[in-house]
Amino acid sequence: MAVTDRVHTPPPTRQRPPRDRRVKRLAFSRKVSTWDVKLSPYLYISPFFLLFAVTGLFPLLYTAWVSLHEWNLIGGQGDFTGLENFRFVLVQPFFWNAVGNTFSIFLLSSVPQVVLAIAIAAVLDANLRARTFWRMGVLVPFVVAPVAVGLIFNNLFADQAGLFNELLTGVGLDPVRWHADSFASHIAIATMVNFRWMGYNALIFLAAMQAIPRDVYEAATIDGAGRLRQFLSVTVPMLRPTVIFVVITATIGGLQIFDEARVFDQGGLGGADRQWQTLTMYIWELGWGQRNFGRASAVAWLLFLIIVVSPLANFLPTRRIADQGGRR
Amino acid sequence: MSSIPMIAQTAGGGAARAAQRGLGSERRGRGSSMRRPGFLTYGFLGAVILGSVFPLWWSFLVGSHDSSVISRGVPLVPGGNFLANASTVLDSIPFWKALGNSVIVSTVTAASVVLFSTLAGFAFAKLRFRGSKGLLVFVIATMAVPTQLGVVPLFIVMSKLGWTGSLWAVIVPGVVTAFGVFWMTQYLRDALPDELIEAVRIDGASMIQAFWYVGLPAARPAAAMLALFTFVATWTNFFWPFIVLDPSNPTLPVALQLLQAAHFVDYSIVLAGAVLSTIPLLLLFAVAGRQLVAGIMQGAVKG
Repeated sequence: MAVTDRVHTPPPTRQRPPRDRRVKRLAFSRKVSTWDVKLSPYLYISPFFLLFAVTGLFPLLYTAWVSLHEWNLIGGQGDFTGLENFRFVLVQPFFWNAVGNTFSIFLLSSVPQVVLAIAIAAVLDANLRARTFWRMGVLVPFVVAPVAVGLIFNNLFADQAGLFNELLTGVGLDPVRWHADSFASHIAIATMVNFRWMGYNALIFLAAMQAIPRDVYEAATIDGAGRLRQFLSVTVPMLRPTVIFVVITATIGGLQIFDEARVFDQGGLGGADRQWQTLTMYIWELGWGQRNFGRASAVAWLLFLIIVVSPLANFLPTRRIADQGGRR
Repeated sequence: MSSIPMIAQTAGGGAARAAQRGLGSERRGRGSSMRRPGFLTYGFLGAVILGSVFPLWWSFLVGSHDSSVISRGVPLVPGGNFLANASTVLDSIPFWKALGNSVIVSTVTAASVVLFSTLAGFAFAKLRFRGSKGLLVFVIATMAVPTQLGVVPLFIVMSKLGWTGSLWAVIVPGVVTAFGVFWMTQYLRDALPDELIEAVRIDGASMIQAFWYVGLPAARPAAAMLALFTFVATWTNFFWPFIVLDPSNPTLPVALQLLQAAHFVDYSIVLAGAVLSTIPLLLLFAVAGRQLVAGIMQGAVKG
């Protein structure tokens, strides 16, 4: 570091500054230029750090402070209550219900999503006619806002006379009570998430597939591997880093799911028995529904811990895979 | 990643596009199979695309009929009631205001994210300064921090500032993103030759001039993509605007959600609203969908 700095900054001269005005001005402009070189980089990156400090880091830390107080949306800060908010929240059945719902919806959306996205990517990777058309086609849902997706699927999954139930009864099955049965509602909401993100992730996998060197396939062909075998033994293992990337992003986003579940019914609290209330919805209900910022913050901190721990749990097996000869 | 940006700088945009095309056709042969795929492949893809587009089509079907028709089962051809339903939507929610707000919020956010991210990316990729490596790692690490969970204090801050209900509360927290900084850093590292900066510096340009006349032009392709993604993400964002904005001064998703509260039973109105609110981004997609695809695929290779 110090060495590279010196390349830009001429060493300060020991000799006495000359009296001549021109030289003096030259020295001044050189000084300005030195400051320019030294300070500019910090100035250029400072907007991000300032904003992160004010709207990211500070609120997260301050959440902990709020969670230790009685705190009302209107009335503001009240008495210090220690861990009372956490104690209260942790004995609420709705809290544990929300934890279960969040993970259920998350698993139902992430696992099929990754599998299907890889399948779609494999097909897009074929030597297609009109490649751009197909690639754009799978990306259409990405520009539909989650709220709009939620409203549309709310109709498709309607308990009475919804399209999906009509199809089910059409083939002789019983209609599903999508808005009453907890697990069914999770499937419906996970379907919305999958709808919006599947094509997006397929394109990510497609890019990763195209980065796999061609000669690996040639070697596999020479070894007598068929196309399916090549896919399972070459493509899928080579995609591992990308799978991990997608899973981690999906974890961070999926555990905070709110929009689609919020508009799955009129009330927006996750159903009469909170069948599909997620943790973020629970935070909203405590904070803005019941105006109890203290308890809402307690849940936010607990969710924060869950999210921070989950990618770590993902990351550890990742290391192992990477060591075993992943791409990088 | 490639020399395309260099070609753009030395030989102009047309040459760069030609080179890009060349690259594309070279890639064509790199699929897992050289032969043309058969009927099954196209059938599968067709089904996927049908699934992607069908919900929107369904929304239009329902939204183009009278609620009395809907209650007897949705016909598979559009009806003639869409405009009537749309005007009910306009009467029920402040649609035009929401549309204007969404345009303002998304445009301002996209522009500022591009400016600040390019500035930071220029510094991280091309300027030498103490701690640059560690600071960049820090930026990347913040991407994994679920800052959404700070909503309660963020709301407290906004109400102290008197910003609740105003668009500032939505715009300001998003004016620069970690992803944007990372994206521009990655791009500029390859796209902007050090010699170019040194040359203008020797010619007496200050740092900010070097950024403006050399850094920014070189960053243009990546900046356009970043702007596009930021615009879409801001436009579709719901959670924070929903918390901080009033129903009388909403963005489009916030207004759209009001429709269900107002007209729960009448799906023809609700889904006409869903279609109306999606049209602007569908138009954007028709114009720039190709860039969105390219952006996702480039990001995947680099990230």
